[in-house]
Amino acid sequence: MNNKEKLLKEEILRMSGVNPVKCMRCGKCSGTCPAYDEMEYHPHQFVSMVESGDIEPLLESKSLYRCLTCFACVDRCPRNVEPAKLVEAVRLLAVRKQGANHLKPEDVAAVLDDDTPQQLLVSAFRKYAK
Amino acid sequence: MQRIGVFVCWCGSNIAATVDVKAVAEALKSEPGVVYSADYQYMCSQAGQDLIKEAVKEHNLTGIVVCSCSPRMHEATFRKTAAAAGLNPYMVEIANIREQCSWVHKDIPSGTEKAIILGKAAVAKVNLNTPLTPGESPVTKRALVIGGGIAGIQTALDIADAGFPVDIVEKNPTIGGKMAQLDKTFPTLDCAACILTPKMVDVAQNDKIRIFSYSEVSEIKGFVGNFDVTIRKKARYVKEDVCTGCGLCVEKCPQKKIPNEFNLGMDNRSAIYIPFAQAVPKVATIDAEACTMLKKGKCGLCSKVCTAGAIDYKQQDELISEKYGAIVVATGFNPISMEKFDEYAYSQSKDVITSLEFERLTNAAGPTAGKLLRPSDLKHPHTIVFVQCVGSRCASCAEKGKEYCSKICCMYTAKHAMLTRDKYPDTDVYVFYIDVRTPGKNFDEFYRRAVEEYGVHYIKGMVGKVTPEGDKLKVRASDLLNNKQLNIDADLVVLAAAIEPDKSARPLATMLTASMDTNDFFTEAHPKLRPVESPTAGVFLSGACQGPKDIPETVSQAGAAASKVIGLLAKDKLTGNPCVASSDELMCNGCSSCERVCPYGAISYIDKEFRMPDRTVAIRRVASVNPAVCQGCGACTVACPSGAMDLRGFASGQIMAEVDAICK
Amino acid sequence: MQVKEYKPLIVAFCCNWCSYAGADLAGNNRLSYPADVKIIRVPCSCRVNPMFVLRAFQRGADGVIICGCHPGDCHYTSGNYYTRRRMALLFSMLDYLGIERDRTRLEWVSAAEGAKFAATMNDFVEKVTALGENKRLEDLRCKK
Repeated sequence: MNNKEKLLKEEILRMSGVNPVKCMRCGKCSGTCPAYDEMEYHPHQFVSMVESGDIEPLLESKSLYRCLTCFACVDRCPRNVEPAKLVEAVRLLAVRKQGANHLKPEDVAAVLDDDTPQQLLVSAFRKYAK
Repeated sequence: MQRIGVFVCWCGSNIAATVDVKAVAEALKSEPGVVYSADYQYMCSQAGQDLIKEAVKEHNLTGIVVCSCSPRMHEATFRKTAAAAGLNPYMVEIANIREQCSWVHKDIPSGTEKAIILGKAAVAKVNLNTPLTPGESPVTKRALVIGGGIAGIQTALDIADAGFPVDIVEKNPTIGGKMAQLDKTFPTLDCAACILTPKMVDVAQNDKIRIFSYSEVSEIKGFVGNFDVTIRKKARYVKEDVCTGCGLCVEKCPQKKIPNEFNLGMDNRSAIYIPFAQAVPKVATIDAEACTMLKKGKCGLCSKVCTAGAIDYKQQDELISEKYGAIVVATGFNPISMEKFDEYAYSQSKDVITSLEFERLTNAAGPTAGKLLRPSDLKHPHTIVFVQCVGSRCASCAEKGKEYCSKICCMYTAKHAMLTRDKYPDTDVYVFYIDVRTPGKNFDEFYRRAVEEYGVHYIKGMVGKVTPEGDKLKVRASDLLNNKQLNIDADLVVLAAAIEPDKSARPLATMLTASMDTNDFFTEAHPKLRPVESPTAGVFLSGACQGPKDIPETVSQAGAAASKVIGLLAKDKLTGNPCVASSDELMCNGCSSCERVCPYGAISYIDKEFRMPDRTVAIRRVASVNPAVCQGCGACTVACPSGAMDLRGFASGQIMAEVDAICK
Repeated sequence: MQVKEYKPLIVAFCCNWCSYAGADLAGNNRLSYPADVKIIRVPCSCRVNPMFVLRAFQRGADGVIICGCHPGDCHYTSGNYYTRRRMALLFSMLDYLGIERDRTRLEWVSAAEGAKFAATMNDFVEKVTALGENKRLEDLRCKK
């Protein structure tokens, strides 16, 4: 882990409040994730990649925007690692870094429907209201 | 006034290199009470000990100070020397001038100065020493085993084998415990009943062993060697000595819709029942909550059909008092409740079962007569998913589950998977694991056989969600090694539930004043060196009540606990530690502060008569320490607000004198 | 004129089962610490009556340290918990009376922690030395 990676990792851990060393690598988060097939990096990989400082690929990945923030992984993790919070932190970092939006605000309305979780709306709003 | 002899040891050059031993001996000569002072190369040698003995005789010494190595090393040696010279062994004090002086300090002046101060402190203490005699208490030569599972059975058999009478208290109608419910045992695959039931019969036939089945311990008083125990024998409404166990009543009982505990509620039993065919004692029991006769006063069919006349609807709970020298706790374990684990749909689907239920499903005496049929529709399952670590290894802050590894699940899951593939080669068996832990003789070989010979699909990953859909269970899981998410349509899902100590253990620990850990497992006196003893003297631990264990481990621990019990019961008298607390009754105000802090329950309160100056007699409540139970920690001495409580051998006055000597 | 080097007087109470054994281990491993520390053996840290600590200060001790088993490891199951509570109260009272916090300490040292024992003593002596002589509670009548 070089210095830059270390700083990035610290930033993410501070933002999310997650301690990835608590993970015992059981994979229940990925076993439970409804958006698994859409994601390039899966919840358990987020945890282990952040732990090893391998954050750049995560920042580049589309996986960030495939996470539904449904918190199933947080609910079911036996070790209280809370992977979704980690995904959210990486996502925030990416958004802040980009300075631009992944979707344009006017596009948001088109992707909304009754089934969209409220959490997603909130994080979408956070992302786009800049 | 004491006549004290000071003996300074050189310990070869170990002490003499950094401490001027001659100067120490010289300096201590002028301390109050010291009448003799000497130094010698090796005090602990025979010649050194003879030197002490001679000095005691020659100078009429009443106390001894040895400036040498740590008291943890040679205190016992010098106490024996003192005893051989006719002194009370507790008149010896050691000044530790090796480990805590010569070995840690480098220059001679400061080392010598410190050695002198340590010597002075020891002299000051000896000046206040009093001869102590260890108390003795008789031993009741009978043992109590609480719990009649394999742990309790083995312990009782081993104790009885040594010739001591043993009583087993079992809360269920029969002994046998969890092992009686198992089908096969890993890694040898011998049938549990075939190896357990002969042992149960041995217990029943052994004239040294009494079984109190359907009974619970309701009160424990006393201490090591002398426990007074009250056992509540619950009314089973059947005369135990008359019932022949023919089973006619069970057959005729009209009330047949009671969930059968022995088969974990997967089938029904009648209101009068015998848990299983090989039950010991083989005696019927009436379930008072289900029996029409006991509830409404009508029916009485069992009484009519019983040719032996064993039914007694008027039977009452019976209290039995007995004295014991030692108590063995063998309360065992239970699988944890799966109700909180919604994601596995345990409460929603009958086809999601625990491993213990799976044992009953595959057992020839079980609800399906040994055929593997799914509980919901009694069809043969073709795809079975086993999930390991359900509720084990959870974070301490998690709302559900236990922090520890339940230890036995990896092996019994391998056994279940293997046996399923063996009997039904047309089934697909998946095992989802986090780690496969197989430390044990022939354990890993067993697991590898399940994979290599029987083709069980072991998948590193965890099941995240089970959804009942039609007659299938949709299992969503991760396959970490292939970086895939799997969706399996399963017919049966088996959860390897974590195990926890039996609920009866906590109140029992309170009665015994035996300590428990945060998970309600009993704590051992020393995790490495005294693994089968509780810190409470006279209480021993056998089986899973101390921590998760498989059968071989349980049996070996049971044997170890038995040998400790035999060691205790073989003694006619127990010699205690004389360094125990004692209360000055004149100063005690009966406030109970000491009783509350005592971790051993050694302090009780008695009403005692005191003759007052004006010739009247007053009755006051005062603390009384049982020296056989007190371990001498001294917590009470500090808690006592009136200063009545003191600790022999480490009296407040003695420690104060040491402080004074050091701070002079 | 030569100024005599200040040497503090430190009383250490060590429980027989863990800390005293830890101190012995420090000795076995020849881990040095200042000779100013004088150890008094007690069966359990909970045997240490606050009176003993007060007495030490009264008689001119410059620092008092109490060592016991780690929480949960007490040979007598719960003695060190009592010590922890009692000493928390005592130390705050002493602080109020003007005995600086660095003059008192409660430390958990197991029988296997010889190195920790030596390190703790070195650190404690250093802190007390920095504070200098303790005059606050000293009973002048005790002086000859």
